Amino acid sequence: MRVPIVQNILSANDQIAQENRKLFDSKHILVLNVMASPGAGKTRLIERTIETLRDRLRIGVIEGDLASTIDTERISRLGIPAVQINTGGACHLDANMIRAALPRLPLDQLDLLFVENVGNLVCPTEFALGEHIRLVIASTPEGHDKPYKYPGMFSAADVLALNKIDLLPLLDFDLASFRRGVEALNPNTAFFLVSCKTGEGVQAWADWLLARQSER
Amino acid sequence: MHELAVTQNVLQIALEHAGRAGAKRVQRINLVIGALSGIVDDSIQFYFDFVSQGTPAEGAQLSFERVPARFRCRACGQEFEFQDDNWACPACQALGGEIIAGREFYMDSIEVK
Repeated sequence: MRVPIVQNILSANDQIAQENRKLFDSKHILVLNVMASPGAGKTRLIERTIETLRDRLRIGVIEGDLASTIDTERISRLGIPAVQINTGGACHLDANMIRAALPRLPLDQLDLLFVENVGNLVCPTEFALGEHIRLVIASTPEGHDKPYKYPGMFSAADVLALNKIDLLPLLDFDLASFRRGVEALNPNTAFFLVSCKTGEGVQAWADWLLARQSER
Repeated sequence: MHELAVTQNVLQIALEHAGRAGAKRVQRINLVIGALSGIVDDSIQFYFDFVSQGTPAEGAQLSFERVPARFRCRACGQEFEFQDDNWACPACQALGGEIIAGREFYMDSIEVK
């Protein structure tokens, strides 16, 4: 006997993500899922954004890594509430991990929450966390072909920051090709050129984020 | 990637629906997997044979319908399959478009008795 089902295999995760989202909405917290390859600058851009916006918004961070508390310590040094999730081996965060971490944050005193995902351009796209905005960070040393190689990740981005633009003179990075790839997947993706090292472009990105937060 | 955890989800969903249908055994599980989903069918089969032991789904046949990635061209509306970086619309040569297929990862149906 055939039993029709038509159910997403990851529906259990989607269900928890929706519950997380409802919780965030009830507390008017804007939540970002920050995804990128290892070393692209996720933590650094979060730090730079905190420096720029902390007088306007109350910010919290959930850090995701296989191991270590290095990134959480960096955020904590800024005096910002930060919680570490160590996946132990999982290559991505999922909604259940986020839900388990939330009691450790002062949610009633937050306007903005960054969830820094595990460094990975593949798996995180499959796992909704309950976020409002998907920020993908690419960096110039990774090369301009990444949108073509990882269409799943780049098409899922609501906003894309290309980091390490200060290195462009040293690299064979074809910015036009990169932008074409991103626009071919989604012409609505907000696009920012930044250098976390020099600070270039960070204000424009932060202004965009502030505008998104005020819409909540 | 992470096929073991995913396979456990497959087993759990199949057993849940089989139970609701009052069935004793799951004989076949029909899965739909998109080319962009990052899931490898051989790995699922491998893990499934292991995790289903001792359950009503032990020995169930897994079938995988693969869905190729497709764009709908934003310039002219043409829908076309794509692979690698061959993103040019066959009708108007515009690049890319809206991804309309390839991200699927769902259980379509099961066969039980």
